[in-house]
Amino acid sequence: MLETVASCCLTVDEKVLIRKNRLEPKNPAEGQKRIAIVTGIHGDELEGQYVCYELIRRITRNLSDLNGIVDVYPMLNPLGADSVSRQIPLYDLDMNKIFPGDESTTPWELMAKQVVEDIKGADLCIDIHSSDIFLREIPQVRISPEDSVKLLPYAKLLNADFVWVGNSSAVRPSSLSHTLNEMGTPCLVVEMGAGMKIIKEYGDRILDGIFALMAELGIWTGAVEQVSNPIVSSDGEVSLIHCNKSGMFMPAVDNWIGLCEGDHIGDVLNVFTGEIEEEIFSPVSGMVFTLREYPIVSDGSLIARILGGRR
Amino acid sequence: MTKDLIYKFTSPYRGDFKVSAYRFNKGEKSCCIVGALRGNEIQQLYICSKLIKALTELEKQCKISYNHEITVIPCVNPFSVNVGKKFWCNDGRDINRDFPGSKTGEPTQRIAAEVLNTVSGYQYGIQFASFYIQGDFIPHVKMMETGKENKSLANLFGLPYVVLRDPKPFDENTLNYNWQINNTSAFSVYTNETENIDEGSAELAVSAVLRFLSRMGIIKYHCHGGYMPTTLEESTLMPVRSTTGGIYKRIKRPGDEVSQGEVMAEILHPYENTVLEEIKAPCSGIVFFSHKSPLVSESTVVYKLIKRLKN
Repeated sequence: MLETVASCCLTVDEKVLIRKNRLEPKNPAEGQKRIAIVTGIHGDELEGQYVCYELIRRITRNLSDLNGIVDVYPMLNPLGADSVSRQIPLYDLDMNKIFPGDESTTPWELMAKQVVEDIKGADLCIDIHSSDIFLREIPQVRISPEDSVKLLPYAKLLNADFVWVGNSSAVRPSSLSHTLNEMGTPCLVVEMGAGMKIIKEYGDRILDGIFALMAELGIWTGAVEQVSNPIVSSDGEVSLIHCNKSGMFMPAVDNWIGLCEGDHIGDVLNVFTGEIEEEIFSPVSGMVFTLREYPIVSDGSLIARILGGRR
Repeated sequence: MTKDLIYKFTSPYRGDFKVSAYRFNKGEKSCCIVGALRGNEIQQLYICSKLIKALTELEKQCKISYNHEITVIPCVNPFSVNVGKKFWCNDGRDINRDFPGSKTGEPTQRIAAEVLNTVSGYQYGIQFASFYIQGDFIPHVKMMETGKENKSLANLFGLPYVVLRDPKPFDENTLNYNWQINNTSAFSVYTNETENIDEGSAELAVSAVLRFLSRMGIIKYHCHGGYMPTTLEESTLMPVRSTTGGIYKRIKRPGDEVSQGEVMAEILHPYENTVLEEIKAPCSGIVFFSHKSPLVSESTVVYKLIKRLKN
């Protein structure tokens, strides 16, 4: 059933709604578990759209297998998605930096508070992101070190390639996941793909993981796929590669391939002179899990993240 | 006066990115002043240009005290100013959410790290700041309560109010916060405007900084005493929200006194010009902040009031 979680009258003849679809068993029982699937905090991250569509489609076609509540929030930043904006339009706010929300500032901070109130108390929340237009990510789960004991068993079931236990921006204070975890509602962050794109294969993998997790929680009694066993890494095992020149980046590798220390990752090219401004080599041996997607780079742009970090 | 380049990198298509610092006199690092960190902080840039002009004249007249160095960085983000973007022109990051920065990180982290390196070690730090919600304030000095703040020093600017803010998690990545924890007494000065120039409040800000420098013995400058400021906790300001969207007609402005129940603004139907809502004062007091845009959404904080103390 579609429900409005938060709303705001805009200036001219329009009301913006943050909505969810609550999926319940045909015969709801007391004390059933609840899972929340949230996406669209950033308006340019679209991978979660396919996940929401397919999740709702599969559940509604097999409702007899549902043994709990599934709340699906397809788009927390509807104005951003519709205007192709990562931030919340008008305020230029990064929605994942305004949680748990506030009653004394902008309408969006008030709505963020209402969203948190609505999700709070779920047995698990999965917050799906898809990087941004600049970087491409392989399917991964991100959790903060302080929540790792509680969240790692869930994270391993999500069918991701790896789990990054670290202080990435998606799990820092002011994010939805940090807020919910602090309130006692376990929340995992999924990162996959790139901004403004949908990679169906990634979505299908995470969907299999969500059904496996729901089965583990007793919310789903239907058949589930075998999930892969992810690599678990900490911040210390992740190397960040930044360029030190500006220009056009041409990669020499692809995502999720193994590299040895000294392997060629790519070049920063000067399109005016036809010269290579900078050759970029891997400082460590490991797997590339983040790779530059947007080719124009400035001094300091992130080129790749490498899992492994062994010299 | 000397003009130093504190950070530079080349761009593939544009001119070089440059951050410049103006240094006055030589000696102990006494005071550092920072202007526009964001591309829309035009008033902040303008105030710094007026200060540089005033300090140049004072230096010529040997009115900067012996062994006191003053540095002014008028603009940290010229690339964004030049293309009319609020945040970093490429990836939308906010430099004032990237402190303390990293010399090997993203472009905005590198800028933040170089700026913090330049401004560290000064006894006093002054930033001309802007608020993320558009509107007008009573000119004031804001300090973060980090445990290292010196509240009495903020009074020496002679602005009408000193506001103390309990830091939120995102504040920990601002210049002001990092200045303070690096043992500089840091102040944020807010004037009426951001994207437009307000000559009156720009003059007030310049006078306030020169008054502060004079009272700290850094310059020899004769000025009148300014205001005897009132110190407020930011959390005690009373927010007043709109309950609908429409065309916003402001009646009361910052500094105006209001009585409980008095109409402070009207929200008009955008098509029919009828009054949809009268914004009334929930208490008697003084307007500290008012919404300025001609448009307003539901649940927008249109006023913040300083509540009048009961007799």
